[in-house]
Amino acid sequence: MLKGHQSWEFASRPVILSSAAVGGPFEAEGPLAEDFDLLHGDTLMKQKSWEQAEKVLLEEACDKALEKAGISKEHINFFLGGDLMNQIISSSFAARTLAAPYLGLFGACSTSMEGLALASLLVDKQSADYALAGTCSHNSSAEKQYRYPTEYGAQKPPTAQWTVTAGGAAVVGRNDGTRNRLHVTSATIGRVVDMGLTDPFNMGAAMAPAAFHTIEAHFRDRQLPYDTYDLVITGDLGRVGHSILCDLFQRHGINIPLDTYQDAGILIYGDNPGVWSGGSGCGCSAAVTYGHLLKKMRQGAWQKILVVATGALLSPLTFQQGESIPCIAHAVSIEA
Amino acid sequence: MADAKKKKLTLVQQQYQELAKSHEPPRPIAMNFVRAFLVGGLICALGQGIQTVFIHYFGFDPKTAGNPTVAVLILLAALLTGFGVFDRIAQWAGAGTAVPVTGFANSIVSAALEHKSEGYVLGVGGNMFKIASPVIVFGVAAAFVVGLIRTLIEMGG
Repeated sequence: MLKGHQSWEFASRPVILSSAAVGGPFEAEGPLAEDFDLLHGDTLMKQKSWEQAEKVLLEEACDKALEKAGISKEHINFFLGGDLMNQIISSSFAARTLAAPYLGLFGACSTSMEGLALASLLVDKQSADYALAGTCSHNSSAEKQYRYPTEYGAQKPPTAQWTVTAGGAAVVGRNDGTRNRLHVTSATIGRVVDMGLTDPFNMGAAMAPAAFHTIEAHFRDRQLPYDTYDLVITGDLGRVGHSILCDLFQRHGINIPLDTYQDAGILIYGDNPGVWSGGSGCGCSAAVTYGHLLKKMRQGAWQKILVVATGALLSPLTFQQGESIPCIAHAVSIEA
Repeated sequence: MADAKKKKLTLVQQQYQELAKSHEPPRPIAMNFVRAFLVGGLICALGQGIQTVFIHYFGFDPKTAGNPTVAVLILLAALLTGFGVFDRIAQWAGAGTAVPVTGFANSIVSAALEHKSEGYVLGVGGNMFKIASPVIVFGVAAAFVVGLIRTLIEMGG
């Protein structure tokens, strides 16, 4: 049901039946390693190219999620997937393997919550029994497409971020009243915000205003007090974007308790200085949400969380043509 | 340039960019200078050493020893790129590895490696000069202009 201007409240409280996260070797060294369902020791994952490896991440995340939900892929009514590659090849090729009816999405790194919001909407409106939302990213394929060859020796500034090698997927199903389940209760769809930033090595600063607008809209539309959630988490703002957003909250009187606000891009690699400002990519918010956060919620760490996945909608071509970076964020609330 | 760009921005955008700037850790420029100086100097010293070896043990004279010396440095850079070490050194050294011939070798080898998955002809052949080609194009163009100026001056003299 539409609530306010740009939010949906899901009256039937669709259930996240299961979720899964798959990661690469660098993620296996990070502080969230134990929350992944599967970790690869090799970045190529026995494939011939980075692009194929990225597809494998999503395929395996979907497989794991289906396995944990105890359903087979024939039960999936709709698969909603997207990724960072041109023509969203990773998702489309994973959808070929999955053979489920497929809707391809592009929201850059915001795709994880774009997918979860739409999957929940489909289930809530009784347009699907089971909807699968998934996304993935691979450090090397992203470097290859957006930046330089992986082995090229270009020095990165401290505002740069490390694209996460990971895939994540979640199965959303109808609420049959079973207790101790995780429910998707609402979603806020963001609008494109462009503050005129042009540096692709400083995505956190470019995306922070988009996250701010979506979070502000979420609390306004749903008329909620700012301390509603036990945890508000942004997708991949990194240290730079996180500190900017904290500042924006204070300046504009969005009194979200700052100790309940975290960023997935900071969580995934902890204090590792080798990732500069933090992690980024579709797989960042997906793996942290579908691996770490939901696991913690099942253990009772939090009752209500708001996940705000942020995406930078640029391409190498628009950057070279001197365009600024348009950004977007989508928020989904999950409650135990 | 920066001011011309800023004039197109709205007031809110300008204010935000100033706010964002205050949260960004600056590039460690002084440290980058020192590192580039050290590593760049080290590579040049290594090149000098190799050249001396060619002159003393392989019968080259100082003029002809240049080519095999450059070839050895290129080979070393290519091997380090292939073993996945070069980019890590470069993140530390910055311009120190990028400016000498090692940076040029790395740009070609890394692009060739990256695009091998698209085949040898369209992948490796079509992409290996992706990063290096601006250097070649503008190097040749600049050399032509400089050569022309020199010829004109000589004719005048």
